Amino acid sequence: MGATFNLWKLIKWTLFYILVTFIVVVSVFPFYYAILTSFKSGTALFQINYWPTSFSLDNYFNVLNSGSFPRNLLNSIFVASVTVILALFLAITASFALARVRFRGRGLLLLTILGVSMFPQMAVLAGLFEVIRALGIYNTPWALIFSYTIFTLPFTVWVLTTFMRDLPVEIEEAAIVDGATPWVIITRVFMPLMWPALVTTGLLAFIGAWNEFLFALTFTANNDTRTVPVAIALLSGSTQYEIPWGNIMAASVIVTVPLVILVLIFQRKIVSGLTAGGVKG
Amino acid sequence: MTTETLASSTRVAAPKVKSELMQQRIRAARLFLIPMLVALAVVAGWPLLRSIYFSFTDASLSNLEAAQWVGFGNYLRWTVMESGAVRYRGLLVDPAWWNAVWNTVRFAFISVAFEAVLGMVVALVLNAEFKGRGIVRAAILIPWAIPTIVSARMWSWMLNDQFGILNDLGMRLGLLSQKVAWTATADTAMTAVLIVDIWKTTPFMALLILAGLQMIPKDIYEAAEIDGVHPVKQFFKITLPLVRPALMVAIIFRLLDALRIFDLIYVLTPNSSATKTMSVMARENLFDFDKFAYGSAMSTMLFTIIAVLTIVYIWLGQVRFDGGDR
Repeated sequence: MGATFNLWKLIKWTLFYILVTFIVVVSVFPFYYAILTSFKSGTALFQINYWPTSFSLDNYFNVLNSGSFPRNLLNSIFVASVTVILALFLAITASFALARVRFRGRGLLLLTILGVSMFPQMAVLAGLFEVIRALGIYNTPWALIFSYTIFTLPFTVWVLTTFMRDLPVEIEEAAIVDGATPWVIITRVFMPLMWPALVTTGLLAFIGAWNEFLFALTFTANNDTRTVPVAIALLSGSTQYEIPWGNIMAASVIVTVPLVILVLIFQRKIVSGLTAGGVKG
Repeated sequence: MTTETLASSTRVAAPKVKSELMQQRIRAARLFLIPMLVALAVVAGWPLLRSIYFSFTDASLSNLEAAQWVGFGNYLRWTVMESGAVRYRGLLVDPAWWNAVWNTVRFAFISVAFEAVLGMVVALVLNAEFKGRGIVRAAILIPWAIPTIVSARMWSWMLNDQFGILNDLGMRLGLLSQKVAWTATADTAMTAVLIVDIWKTTPFMALLILAGLQMIPKDIYEAAEIDGVHPVKQFFKITLPLVRPALMVAIIFRLLDALRIFDLIYVLTPNSSATKTMSVMARENLFDFDKFAYGSAMSTMLFTIIAVLTIVYIWLGQVRFDGGDR
């Protein structure tokens, strides 16, 4: 009796770990294979290997030394950073109002903000194009910073509102008794408590801005103003058979490794931020 | 969800504060909201209205200012031929457009269905206690962290007909009898797009479902265990009903995301009519074909279709967002 029970338990655990291994391998393999490919050059590129066989940094030298890829990297860093700083700046005060002050129409306002963040960006593309040309910022990083606000701002407001709602009311009451104005409450009382939330939200918004493609493709027009996703999408040879796969994989690894490292460092915070952005309750 | 809402409503403002103070807070709140509202109006509200306006004009990319009002002409117009037959033209009778609508809807529903089931499996695994759980969670965050464009290119290399590792693997395992040109063949292009999208977004679904699973009190399962309820029955009678609110919200988030898909398809299967979605077609008309007004009509339709589907879903599924609305 005991033996069959153990056998059954063993089978169950074996099947479970097979499933776990499968999930891990499927999740990681494509990125592993991109790294593997990025270290191959010449004809080695066209031999299919499952394990590392050759090691060459040629693709990385090609990508970083020729063309505008370093410039694209700087563009991406600049655009994503400024977008996040602006969004956080506007969102902190707004989320204080939404989380801590009761006023009429607050529910509707929150739903509108959620609606904007889930909005199909294609629906505003024509109008945004007109605004960006009228402002004279077409084909500059400012066009991207301007347009990215459409998804970073609602997202940061939404997540910070859910974070701020959970801060204990006693702290705020004490500050009110001491005669603190709402502005002082935000900057002196809440900000020190909000740092973890700000870092998480900022990081998620940064990833969103870093990965954005549609606006970047539409509102920039030459190699020097493009961001990395567009640069990687447009890396191509003169024919289908000359696609520089090695360079593409090297560029992909360069833009992805920092993200993966950041995500793994902050994984707990990111998971809580994501679920707060999705749903809480 | 209800308890959360109630708890936060009592927390919001101290009840015994003077009303003068309340007034001051409301004034401050208005002031704090204005910059955000202005920003959203400028980047979202106004452009949306202008896009809708352009769809009723004959605007062209090179000369937006000269746009003339043409009413519903971009959507539907007709000419009566000399023979008396009526010829209809415009977006509503454009077969290419309806093909794109069908592609989008098909893509969205199939991908989200797979993601919901696989996401549930991954979430249940992550909710169990076992050695190496941290590794699994770290691993599934990788597809989520990789930029869509990068994953599109990574997969198009893996799906390459001559040198792709997936064809090689399929032939070694005996699953494929010959090499398949996944992205280039009309029959397999949609499958390729679905594979990449499901790979990339299942983690997001899994994390949202996991958050829902972790809210379920453990003692319910202990009670069911004592009563001898079979684990499968436990899943359908306890887990699924209790995780349903989180699942419904996760599904609508993903559905809205899938309905607007652009980047993956633009990079993975360019110019394939088997996968062309509403967004891809709208952008093509706006900026590549110099049919700005026609493209605007497409984006307006896309907006309308998504809005209608969302309202129907929220209404039928009785989704509740805990947005602190009350």
